[in-house]
Formats: sequence, C-alpha cells, structure tokens
Amino acid sequence: MSQLENSGYKGSALEALKKADCDVGDIIRVTSKGKTYEGILIPRSELGEGTVVIVKMKSGYNIGIRITPDVKIEKIGKGTKPAFASPPLPKQNPALPHVVIMSTGGTIASRVDYRTGAVRSALSASDLYGVVPELSDVAQVDTEIVFSLYSENITQKHWKELAETVAKRIQEGVDGVVIAHGTDTMAYTSAALSFALQNLPVPVVVVGAQRSSDRPSSDAATNLIGAVKAAGEAPFAEVALAMHENVSDTAIALHRGTKVRKCHTSRRDTFKSINGFPIAKVKDQQITMLTNQYQHRDATKKLVLKPNFSEKATLIKFYPGLDPAIIDYYVDKGAKGILLEGSGLGHVSKYCFDSIKNAVAKGVVVALASQCIWGRVNMNVYDTGRDLLSFGVIPLDDMFPETALVKLMWVLGQTNDAKEAIKLLKTNIAGEFSPRTLPQENIFEGGEKTVGN
Amino acid sequence: MAIDYAKVGLKVGLEIHQQLNAKTKLFCSCPPELFKEEPEITFLRRLRPTQSELGQIDPAAYFEFLKGVKILYEANKKSACLVEMDEEPPHPLNMDAVEVVLTASLMMNAQPVDEVHVMRKTVIDGSNTTGFQRTCIIALDGWIKIGEKTIPIQAASLEEDAARKTGTENEGKTIRYRIDRLGIPLIEVATGPVIYSPMEAQEVAFAIGRILRDTGKVMRGLGTIRQDLNVSLPNGALIEIKGVQELELISKVVEYEVQRQLGLINVKEELQKRGVKAEDLKGAFVDITEVFKQTKCKVIRKAVDKNQKVMAVKLPKFGGLLKRELMPDFRVGTELSDRAKFWGRVGGIFHTDEMPNYGITAEEVGALQKAVDAGELDAVVFVADTAENVLDALKAVVERAQEAVTGVPAETRTAKDDGTTRYMRPRPGAARMYPETDIPPTLITDEIREQVRKNLPEPAEKKLSRLIKQYGLNEKLAKQLADSEYNILFEDIAKETAVQASTAAAFLTETLKALKREGVQVEKVGEDQIKSIFMAVGSGELAKEAISDVFSWLSRNEGKSVQDAVDALGLKMFTEAELASIVDRIIAANKQSVDKLGKNAYGMLMGAVMKEVRGKANPELVAKLLRERLK
Repeated sequence: MSQLENSGYKGSALEALKKADCDVGDIIRVTSKGKTYEGILIPRSELGEGTVVIVKMKSGYNIGIRITPDVKIEKIGKGTKPAFASPPLPKQNPALPHVVIMSTGGTIASRVDYRTGAVRSALSASDLYGVVPELSDVAQVDTEIVFSLYSENITQKHWKELAETVAKRIQEGVDGVVIAHGTDTMAYTSAALSFALQNLPVPVVVVGAQRSSDRPSSDAATNLIGAVKAAGEAPFAEVALAMHENVSDTAIALHRGTKVRKCHTSRRDTFKSINGFPIAKVKDQQITMLTNQYQHRDATKKLVLKPNFSEKATLIKFYPGLDPAIIDYYVDKGAKGILLEGSGLGHVSKYCFDSIKNAVAKGVVVALASQCIWGRVNMNVYDTGRDLLSFGVIPLDDMFPETALVKLMWVLGQTNDAKEAIKLLKTNIAGEFSPRTLPQENIFEGGEKTVGN
Repeated sequence: MAIDYAKVGLKVGLEIHQQLNAKTKLFCSCPPELFKEEPEITFLRRLRPTQSELGQIDPAAYFEFLKGVKILYEANKKSACLVEMDEEPPHPLNMDAVEVVLTASLMMNAQPVDEVHVMRKTVIDGSNTTGFQRTCIIALDGWIKIGEKTIPIQAASLEEDAARKTGTENEGKTIRYRIDRLGIPLIEVATGPVIYSPMEAQEVAFAIGRILRDTGKVMRGLGTIRQDLNVSLPNGALIEIKGVQELELISKVVEYEVQRQLGLINVKEELQKRGVKAEDLKGAFVDITEVFKQTKCKVIRKAVDKNQKVMAVKLPKFGGLLKRELMPDFRVGTELSDRAKFWGRVGGIFHTDEMPNYGITAEEVGALQKAVDAGELDAVVFVADTAENVLDALKAVVERAQEAVTGVPAETRTAKDDGTTRYMRPRPGAARMYPETDIPPTLITDEIREQVRKNLPEPAEKKLSRLIKQYGLNEKLAKQLADSEYNILFEDIAKETAVQASTAAAFLTETLKALKREGVQVEKVGEDQIKSIFMAVGSGELAKEAISDVFSWLSRNEGKSVQDAVDALGLKMFTEAELASIVDRIIAANKQSVDKLGKNAYGMLMGAVMKEVRGKANPELVAKLLRERLK
C-alpha cells in the first residue's frame, strides 16, 4: 500500500509524486531550476509546507525542493524496507530479581531509522535488552504494554486499568514493577497509584525521560536502569518516581509518589520532592535509603487494590479577579468535589464566598491547597482563612495542588458520602501529609553541586 | 626527493569551516564567546551509542561507551545556557547566520535549497552534549574560478561548532570538554575532490577564505577557521584530516600525508617481501612485569610502583621497520603508538627498534625478547599501565600491525601545528544523520533570496578599482588591501576617522605583515581595537608614529584598551599649552643662537623640540608654535 496518503504531502507536490509513481522511501530524482537532486523521498510532518518535497541525499542531509509546474520528478529506484536484526536475548541470570516493565506510551527505549529519520520504539524484552544491554545485569526483565498514550491523554480510567494490571503482576509474584510513562503527567499517575495500591509487598517505580531515547544523551537508559534496580532490590515497598537527581548522569533519585512534582519544562532533574525529600537514590548500582520512614518490602504482605477514581472532582485556581461563576458552573454540572488552589497560606477572595457556601450547602466537598506549592496552608492566621474554614472548606496541609486533586478524585471514587469523603481526605494514606517541614535548599542549583559526588 | 603528485595520483578535497561573526549562537541567545577562567558549572555525562535500524553502531563510540568513558562538561554562565547543557530544546535557527551562508553561497554560484532541514549528525566523542551535531545544507552545486580552473563547490552548510576538549583524567576515562564554543555558528564549504597538488589545495582554501571574508560576517583570528582535508592516493587510502588551523599549513599537511602514505606502501611491500601475513600477527600478550622489577626506566618504574602491569607482544619479522620515518619525527612506531593511546588510554608504547633507551638496559631488552620468544628479525612492543589499558593498547597495536601488511588504513587524522598528522579515530561509518525534529524546516523564500542577492558584497575586481579611485590609493597598496582580511575595516576607518586613507591602508597591509614577521601576534588585536587606534590618531590624541607601538602593546595585553596602551607607553600627547612651554624653554636655552640667527634658527629649534616630543606631538603644531615665537 502506498504510504503517500499519510506522508504529509499536499496539493501540487502530492499530485506530482503520485504521477511519478513515487512512494515514501523510494529513490527519486528531482530536476528544478536546471539542477538535479537525487535521494530518498522522506515524509513530511502533517503541519508543514505540503508543497515542498523532502529528499534525503546520499550525504545524509535532507533538503526541501519546492514543486512548481516546471519541476520534474522521476522515480529511479524502489525503496528497501529496513530489516532490524534484534540482538539475541541475553542469558537471564536466575539469581537476579524478576521485574516487569510496563509501558504506557512514550518511548523509553527506541531506535532510529537513519534511512528515513523515523524513530521506532523498542518495547519487547529483546528490543529493550538490545537498546539497554546493561538491564540483563540488573534483573530478569519481562515487558508488558498496557497502553500507548502521550501522558497528557491519560485519565482516571487509565489509572484504574494500570493499577489493576500492576496488582495482577504483583499477585503473580514479581519482585518489583517499573512503569514507563510520559513525564508531563507522570507525577499525577504516581500519586494515583499511591492511593490505589495499598499495603504493597514490593516497590512500584514510575520512570520517564526528559530527552527522548533516540538521542545519545538521553536520560532514558540511566533512569530505566535505576528504576529497575530499585524495583528489584530496594528495601521499600511504595510507589516511587525515578528520575535524574541533578543534571549529571550520576544518580537517580527515588521520590515518594505523593510528594513529587514536575518543576521544570526541560531539565533532566525536573522532578522534585515537594515538602519532603527523596526516599532513596541509586548511584553506581548501589541503592541508598535517605530516610528510615518508609514502608518495608515484605513478600508476605497482602496488596489492597482500590482502583476507582471519580471524574466529578475539579481544580479551580484562584487568581486576582477570578469570576466566582466558574465555581457555580461546576456545582451546577454536578461536581462532587472542588479543590481550590488558594493563594498564600490558603486564601480565596471574599467575592467568591457566596459561591463556596453554595457549593458546600449542595454537598460538594470543597478543599484547599496552596498555589505556592512549597509550604503548608494555615487558614487560622488571617480573617479570610478563618472565614473559609467556617464555611466548611477543608485545608489540605502540606499537600500541593496536583496530589491534592488526585486524592480528591480517589476519595470520591471510594465513597459518595461527603462526611466519609472528608474523613478519608484528611487521613494520611500514602505519605501525602508530612507533619514536619524541614528547610530545603534551592532546588535547581546551577553551580558546582550539579556534579554528582 | 621531489614527488610528482600527478604521477602518484593525488586527489584532495577541502572542507572549510569558519565561525560566523553573529551576535548570538546558532540555536540560543548566548554570545559566541570563550572563557579562560575556572568553570562556574561542571556536570558529568555519558553518551550512549544509539542503535540504528540496521543495528549499526559507530565502533569507536561503542568502545568508549563499553569502557565507561564519562564526560565532564565545563561551563560558565556568560557563555552557555541550558541549551548548550542539553537541558533545554534548541531555539529556532538563527536567521542572520542563514543569511550569511546564503550570501557566501551566491558568491560561489551555488543554488540555495528551497527549504532548510536541520539534521542531527551523530557524534558521541563528547564534543556535543546532545551526542549529535546540528547541521543543515543551505545551498548546493556551485563553483569558483581559480585562474583558468573551475573548482566545484559541492555544498555550503550551516552548523554548530562543537565543545572544546580541555583535558582527560582518571586514566583516560573522564574527558573534559568546555561548552563555551558549542553552538557558535559555522559555515562549512565543501569542494569536489579535484585538487591535484599541495600548493593548489592551499590556493583553493585561500580563495574560499577570501570569499568568506568578503561577506564581512565571519570571525577572524586563530581558532575561528578550520580546514578539513580529504587526501587520497590510488594505492593508498582516503584519509580525512581534521582541523588545520593555519592556511599556510595546508600544502605542508598534504605533502606530509602523501609522504606518509608512500612510506606505508613501501612498508607493505617490504613486509610482503619478508613473507609476513596478517594472520601471523596474533594477540599473544606476555606479562613481563618481572623483567622490570629493578628497572631504571622512569615511566616503567612508576607503573611497577603503582602495581600496574608491563606486557609485551611480538610482531614477527617487523624488526627495523618500526623506526622507519614516515614524516618528520614520526615513524611507523608512532603509528602503533597513536593507536595504543587512543584505544588503550596509555601514554605511549616502547618497542625494540628504539632499544636500549629511556633507561631500559640491553639486559632487560634481552630478557623481554626471550620472554616473548622474539629473534633479531622480530620487533617487540611493550606497554606499562593498568592491566585493562595495557591489554587494550596491545590489541590496538596488533590490529595496526595487521593493517600494515595490507597498506594504508582509511582513518580520520588530526593535524598538528608542524603539519604532521596523528591518528584521531576510525572513519565513521555511513552518514548517520536523522532530522532535528525540534526545529521546524525553514523556507528560503524568493524574498529572502532576492534580499541577499541585492546586498551581495561587490566582486573583487570592482572593489580594486573602486579602492584606487575612492581613496586615492596606488595600485599596489589597493591590491594588497583587496586581498587583505582588513579591507572592510579599512573602509570603516577611512570613512569614520580623520586619518589619511593611505596611512590606514599602509598600516593594515605592509606594517601588519612586518609586525607579524617580527613575531607580533596580530590576530590577538580585534578590529574594534584597531579602529580605536585610528580614532585616537584622527582626533589628535595619538601620533601616527605611535600606531605600531600601541598595536604591539595591545597584542601582548589582551582585553586592554587603546587608552591603557597610551598610558602604559607614556604616549599621551602634549596639550598645546604644554608644548608651548616646552618650546619656550628650548628657545630660552638657546637664547644666544636665537638672537644671532633670528628666523633662521627655526630648523635647529624644530629639531631640538621634536627630539623631546616625538610621538607625543603633532609636528605641524610644533612648527606653528615655533614660527609664532620667531616672528
């Protein structure tokens, strides 16, 4: 079948290519303005200029040639399909722990087709070993594709499916689970799994990459190796998120699933523990626990699965001039929970008071976390805070808004009773509340400390 | 012995790289500046060879990866941001840089592409934090004329410069790179392989260099231009020589490379005569640490004291060949040693062709020959280092020796300052390029093309006649100026300062050449500084006789200003009042003569005053002051 239809070419270029019987990957000759160009026909991105033909020349460079009526296109050779020879599966070392790597999408491991520039993901165990051969020294790895989604398309129902799949594999007796995930909403998923998978016997480690894995400088392999190491051998049994500790390829930090947030658009060390510290790190293939406050690995523990999340919870960020009608709108649409992202110690302007009172009166659970992200809400300090408390707004202590929202979704997935929900919301389920806040250093250091030590 | 290059079938192609004088780097807003101080930021990375669909991996890169080679990057906040650190995606392509390459392309009759596609060229030696170099073709298929001959220009590309290596540590397992240079825009011009002699290679490079200079938008000075040479002989190999920095060195580099290849072909013939086959060379490595327990050789002593190993390998029937010279101070043994350094991270090798030497005694040599069962006709190579490094080094030595049996191995070499070359790495496999998806394709519209065409610099012949006419220069000076890299600066000076055009022209051509001959590092003085010197002359703050002194001082004192030079050299011009008092003092001191000669004392007095104030006063002003007083 011709790949031309989905090649991104449009209009005159598409017509000319069809007429010359050219398909993506074919060797073509284009004659334009008295010069000829030979090379492989490369597809275009859908959104680009559809009338410029891209040719990959013998030198490896791509160039674009605009197709006008006096440009001639000829097909001079048929494209050859690349045949990838997977390396043989390395011998599994039976002394190593069993770890299952689940994929939710993204490309934690991938190969480049230098012929067309396409990046293909490698997801079977043998592919994975081919791309990250060191894995065979760390664990006996099994792989499972749960879904193939960009992380921004993952919703509550996916969390449920994922939690159920993890539970199944843990009940089968694996020593740890690794979940490869797109980084954008990876912290939401970590929080969700933290609430859904209780009394874990083994670790569940969520992992991603900030540089795509087709690049030599990708952080994917290091993160993955660290995650598999932790899943297989770490003494903790919690949901954790494994990513670079700093901009060096030296150490992988393991953050508690409810305490971690994506804090930078592009850095490798984008994930930071908020109002807390990583629970462990992996460096030079050694796992170091950074706290003694953690749930211990224990194969005899019986996993408790609570995978339901409500779709009737929402987040409203307070900002100067927020129209309170937005609160009314959600209440009218049948919201069961509203998380207010308040300012400072936990405030929302008084012109929102009536709407908030109305929401509470209608049985909606209204909770509040601070948009400051760092620190703890305290609604007893100012009048506004005290007023909100008196209306029945639930302060969520040192939970930052994303985890607080996920918890609200989970709580409302467990019960329909507002009182019961509030009780659950205030209960520390998975380390989401920490009673003590310790001083934290500047989280993004640019200086010498970025070198792993 | 003069080599007949046509007879040996020499073919050379050039790739000229020159940094563009852009305000910012190619993919971010950092200034294109280098720093000398200690780095403010360092970070450690590993680069992983990515596997292609065909399973191909660059052998050298994969080897380094397996050995756990790490890269320590150095940065400061002034010259690098998260983009160079590979912590932020690239910003859009710097369009000013694209226009410079378009300008040069049109000057070389090349056809701009309709749409520019930035590619990633895999380079995982650490010189790029990403593991690839971003590069794009701007124009194809041009030509330039040199005399009667047409030289085809295959392509003009725009690419990012790489990080610069600042050292290695940890037994070669950590390589330091500084990322200040990373991302500086470079133009690359590639010629067809139609150059047939060393001198011609130099002439072509010179001609291309002049075109690039004439755009007025390239950097100058050491390190801003690098020529890569592809040199091949029919019975030899295609050798890629990287990084020739001085234009004047090109012909020598080509000459030496031809010598090296002819020498290696001779060695091959000799080995065949001796009946050596590649399969005779086996990697049987013998631990000879015991032999050197009491050695006086410092290098081996140090290794033995550190509990490292000394190991040896026999190269059967190679005796005497390792000392054969291929280039000045470069023997067949050096070929082996370079490989050992690269693959084994060792400081070097020892071999029996150079023994006894370096404190190694004849007895020790005898003992080690016995240990590997080597006779008089054989050569023995031995290395002292960690066991791992020694084994890698000897393996590389044996591989290189096997290649000697078949002739000249195709490889990438790097040029040294003396014109000789050294092994750099194996030739990379097929072009390993894939699209840079973070940067959208850039259309070269008809408007951009026309805009560039309209603003093309004037052709060389036109410029020459204009320089003569417009500035009243003689033809010789005008020609020198047109050939000079300073011709744009000259016009700035002539237009913007009150200095006579011929003064500026003579300084920028003949005087600078003379200064360079005297050893002044002229490239250390920037164009802005030169212009400031002439501004000072034009405004009367500096005498034109002092130009050379100020220039030389600035070349020795980087980062200083013309004012600093004037102060340091005591060249501050006398004010009119100061001069008047000097004139008065000298008249008083010569009262007798003045009384006697009257106006005729002028010549004598002028000489006396100028003797005292030369270089710090305008002679015309002195003359005026004297005349006033002698009335």
